[in-house]
Amino acid sequence: MGQYGIGQPVRRKEDVRLLTGKGRYTDDIHFDGQLWAAFFRSPHAHAKIKSIDSAAALSVAGVRHVFTGEDMRKGGMKPLVADINFTDRKGNKMYKPVRHILPSDRACYVGEPLVMVLADSAEAARAGAELIEIDFETLPNITSTAKAAEPDAYVLHPEHGSNIAVHWENSAPDEVDALIAQAPHKVKIHLVNNRLIVAPMEPRCAVATYDAKEDVITLYSPTQGVRPAQAGFAGLLGIDKKKLRVISLDVGGGFGIRSKRYPETAAVAWAAKHINQPVKWRGDRSETFVSDHHGRDQVNDAVMGLDKNGRVIALRLETIVNVGAYSGDNGPRLPIDGGGRIIPCGYDIEKFYFSVKPVYTNTVPTDTYRGAGRPEANYIMERLMDAAAEECGLTRDEIRRRNLIPLSKMPYRTQMNFVYDSGDFIGTMDKTLELADWKGFASRRKETEKRGKLRGIGLASFVEQAGGRPTEEMRVKFDENGKATVFSGTFSHGQGHETVYAQMVNDYLGVPFDQIDFVQGDTDTTPPGGVGTFGSRSSMMGGVAIKRSCGQIIMKGKKIAAHLLQADPAAVTFENGLFRVGVSSISIQDVARAASDPAKLPEGVTPGLDESNLFEREPDLNNFPNGCHICEVEVDPELGTIEIVKYTALDDCGVVLNPLIVHGQVYGGVAQGIGQALTEDAIYDAESGQLLAGSFMDYGMPRAHHLSMIEAHFTDDQPCKTNDLGVKGAGEAGACGAPPAFVSAVCDALTPYGVKHIDMPLTPERVWTAIQQAKAHKAA
Amino acid sequence: MNISLTINGEKITRDIATNLLLADFLRDNLRLTGTHVGCDTTQCGCCIIHLNNKAVKSCTMLAVQADGAQITTIEGLAGANGALHPVQEAFREHHGLQCGFCTPGMVMMGADIVRRLPGADEATIRHQLEGNICRCTGYQGIVEAIMDASSQAKGI
Ligand code: FES
Ligand code: FES
Repeated sequence: MGQYGIGQPVRRKEDVRLLTGKGRYTDDIHFDGQLWAAFFRSPHAHAKIKSIDSAAALSVAGVRHVFTGEDMRKGGMKPLVADINFTDRKGNKMYKPVRHILPSDRACYVGEPLVMVLADSAEAARAGAELIEIDFETLPNITSTAKAAEPDAYVLHPEHGSNIAVHWENSAPDEVDALIAQAPHKVKIHLVNNRLIVAPMEPRCAVATYDAKEDVITLYSPTQGVRPAQAGFAGLLGIDKKKLRVISLDVGGGFGIRSKRYPETAAVAWAAKHINQPVKWRGDRSETFVSDHHGRDQVNDAVMGLDKNGRVIALRLETIVNVGAYSGDNGPRLPIDGGGRIIPCGYDIEKFYFSVKPVYTNTVPTDTYRGAGRPEANYIMERLMDAAAEECGLTRDEIRRRNLIPLSKMPYRTQMNFVYDSGDFIGTMDKTLELADWKGFASRRKETEKRGKLRGIGLASFVEQAGGRPTEEMRVKFDENGKATVFSGTFSHGQGHETVYAQMVNDYLGVPFDQIDFVQGDTDTTPPGGVGTFGSRSSMMGGVAIKRSCGQIIMKGKKIAAHLLQADPAAVTFENGLFRVGVSSISIQDVARAASDPAKLPEGVTPGLDESNLFEREPDLNNFPNGCHICEVEVDPELGTIEIVKYTALDDCGVVLNPLIVHGQVYGGVAQGIGQALTEDAIYDAESGQLLAGSFMDYGMPRAHHLSMIEAHFTDDQPCKTNDLGVKGAGEAGACGAPPAFVSAVCDALTPYGVKHIDMPLTPERVWTAIQQAKAHKAA
Repeated sequence: MNISLTINGEKITRDIATNLLLADFLRDNLRLTGTHVGCDTTQCGCCIIHLNNKAVKSCTMLAVQADGAQITTIEGLAGANGALHPVQEAFREHHGLQCGFCTPGMVMMGADIVRRLPGADEATIRHQLEGNICRCTGYQGIVEAIMDASSQAKGI
């Protein structure tokens, strides 16, 4: 183990580079002779394109080319059809509209890219784009999630006849409905899960070059894994994967939206080849607001029946998810078999009906965003439990204690057919109550009230599922000097893989921490089975593949060591970087050196100490991070402002490889959850279909002063039982726990007014209005 | 227009367009790419540098306005011998960065806070960071780092 081993709070290898301005992000690179791209974007939510005139744009000094989607289609660009299929209970298939890269017939949301202009400078390209003339015939539009699902709603894609892509159900509702009808207690909730702008701090960027001799396009762009991007864009470009090299340099945050098949990126790659010249597009922030996928955007209606002891009898849940103008590769999946498949989360509910309607609207497509369906699912369950506590006359912790899956039922098969391998949900909640001094709240409330404010406390018990795609490949290679390099299939965009994987190699192979290099993000060197980093999967997938690669290295090393020490391979042991037989030993570095010399190898052993492992898990063997978060707030009833005064988190992420880094994941996830619940809202104007929150001026990114210090703890007795490392995902739990804990706390603070629920975000205006309405209601 | 200025201790003279932003001048013309651009509305602070010893958003001024100025960018903050500035050191110690994109601006702002307000408390630091956005860290490590460096500066 040692100072740099697994479980240590090792300071990151990445940091000195990033702290001294030596990070290298896509926008930092330029190529000789590069042209700059700019896009003309739809100013309308919905409009027919009657004609496109590029003459004025082409007359701008420095503008070299103007390309429409039609040009691209003629040049081999394929339409984008989502890689996703669902059927309703009658077997009808989900409707998927065809998305053209830069459509030339119809614009379906504000900001949709329609024409690309290439020029010698970024300014000239932008000036050219401003002069593109399109004759539009505006059409009616629909942006509202709830309204889009109504039978008389304006229909965006008329060939389908409805905005509902598919009505997916887990079963027939009849049995659940009958049980709820007879239940002694019923609760009913209606929730809006607000649309969010993902906004990683590095705006999207794409640079492409073309090698005509080899017929290879090289695309530089921030992704969360170069292999999926390579496959996705090669498909759109209609070329073989081998003819597209994808490179991701340092990436300024991802949160789910990076590896998507974006039209601008495809257009840049297409143009570089088409004109045989490097092309660069630097998205500015306002552009990324309308071109990066958005997150969340659901409306949920749930009814739950409980017996007289407060045990849930049955649950009926209906979700509408706004997937935007076209289906992304994940949008409709999120509530169904994406993250939302976790529902009903940590609760032992036997009878459960679940319906999902993904709807098309004139908005930016939604897709994966930190948690990708799990925050929404946990929010529903936690708001239901708070409502049930009140209905049944139980405390909020007691209603949960009566319904959470007890440790004795582990492993537990869920409604949606996952098997929870571990997790002490009740024990974790009880410990968190202690850590947060739940019992002492009453006196803290009194103290706050003396100052004319209200104080509330809220808790959320959550479960999520981590792992994403079931394969990942990693490679560990020694060079002839005994230095090790990890070639990573996963892709770190802030998670500190360079550090954590080096801790593992240090631990398993005894190689000094500073003698371990790290390579990621280039399809020329990334292992062929590499996938990437999303769905909190890197430790459980990449980590296991590293461990197994190291195991393979030891196996091979033993053979070589035995040969060098003239011993029986079976007698060789390996520990702390040394192969031993009796009193003789040889270091792994010396074995690596010998391995590069065929003359020193036993018969049948190939040169080199270089092992890859393609780890494949059973597709449903995800892991199930869980925990309990408790939030305490003060509300100023005169202003409706909220201050977080205490936040306590107890997370079960199984075995923790580096507590410093995992704590960072918790803090970041909580901040994004608080952002959703307190400040963030991507609002469309119902009439014009314009995105009203179009920049950081109008969109409430959480800032340092919105948050307080988070007191984060880990459980230490629930390792995951289904992977070699015992790890569970850690990246998304915070975003699951924070919104329900926070909303619960604010509603608790507003108990004197009888406010039961406020939809997110809980802006001062919404809180103040809720208080005023409650007062007026009382007075009446 | 011709401008002369000192950047990270080096005298530089360049003939530039009058509408060129200082951030773009640093990044595109001088290839000092440590200074980042994260927005177009002066909100994120990724672009913060020190101009005549004060933190400023380089996206919000023209390069020509910096004529004659002394500028330090993130590349020039560490000591000549490569020793990290105490704020850089504290960011590393407290895990004040994840993806690193907001980091140059945060560190430059942090160094400015530490210089102006040695011994600043948590609330003050959070308030001072109003103009810096980080999407990754929840600000916890950043605030801890600046508090630590700030108390060291006061000798607490
Ligand atoms: S780039 Fe200067 S404030 Fe955002
Ligand atoms: S570290 Fe990624 S935005 Fe701050």
